[in-house]
Amino acid sequence: MHIPDGFVDLKTGVTTAVMSAAALAVAVKKSRETGDQKQVPLMGVMAAFIFAAQMVNFPVGGGTSGHLLGAALATYLLGPWSSMLVMSTVVIIQALFFQDGGVTALGSNLLNMAVLGSLVSYLIFRLLGDGRKVPVFVSALLAGAASVLVAATACSLELAVSGTVPLKVVLPAMLGWHVLIGTGEGLITGAILAYLTRTQMLPEITGSTASMRR
Amino acid sequence: MSRRQKWVIGGLLVALIVAAFLSPFASTKPDGLERVAEDHGFLEKGEGKEVIKSPIPDYVMPGVANETLAGSLAGVVGTLLTFILFVLVGKILFRRSGDYADRKPGMGPGAKGGSL
Repeated sequence: MHIPDGFVDLKTGVTTAVMSAAALAVAVKKSRETGDQKQVPLMGVMAAFIFAAQMVNFPVGGGTSGHLLGAALATYLLGPWSSMLVMSTVVIIQALFFQDGGVTALGSNLLNMAVLGSLVSYLIFRLLGDGRKVPVFVSALLAGAASVLVAATACSLELAVSGTVPLKVVLPAMLGWHVLIGTGEGLITGAILAYLTRTQMLPEITGSTASMRR
Repeated sequence: MSRRQKWVIGGLLVALIVAAFLSPFASTKPDGLERVAEDHGFLEKGEGKEVIKSPIPDYVMPGVANETLAGSLAGVVGTLLTFILFVLVGKILFRRSGDYADRKPGMGPGAKGGSL
């Protein structure tokens, strides 16, 4: 759901850019407190993997497709603050180098996918007990789906506030498609995390990080 | 090679494989937002409004005739670019978090971050 140039007006673009910048400033500070420099290459790999995975659109029926967002995956493995940094890097590179998401909508795209996507995933994982109370597949399914639905809601609000399309039109339409895309997100996130858990790879990856499994 | 280095290299390989070999199978149908924009008549508000000219628009490497190859190349370049840029920016952002350069190796859990 990368918003292109022309969909959000100046006030919405600037407002969301300020909100995203503030969130990222906190994310840098928090990541520095919990992470360490050795974690940077692993975070870079996460960013690279999410970039690649976002290229692989999967069909959701009705002549529409979706792709992995990756915020729930990154949040589980790295914690919400590092996830925000990883997701932001991906979104910025997509806008600058690949014309995927407009530069004037960068603040909105960062807010929806990097900031909100990570925060919502974090809340769900915390509520469901970090994969201990509930099987990790289930919590990842719900976190993945919720991150996509909240991002789609925020995207709808930004389009409506910009006067691009009325909220009562765009919100149900966006949520309708993103229930399907969010299900895909949840299934992929759940499958990857369940695999990493079963093969006991997680402690090795996330050993000294701010991950949800600390 | 440390375990962490193995993870970094292994993870990067997986990402490159996805970018090179899975991306050609990606659905070309519009995504959720594009579809909604089409259905509700605001798609044209974004047409021709691009503020900057990206070097690799729409994940197609310019100047490569074969469409599949152009997409895979764009994916590989983007994946490596993402990794390299993150590590460069990360090294700057995390420069002062913990004095790792001064620590002797093998200091165990005490080497965890959080000295700020």
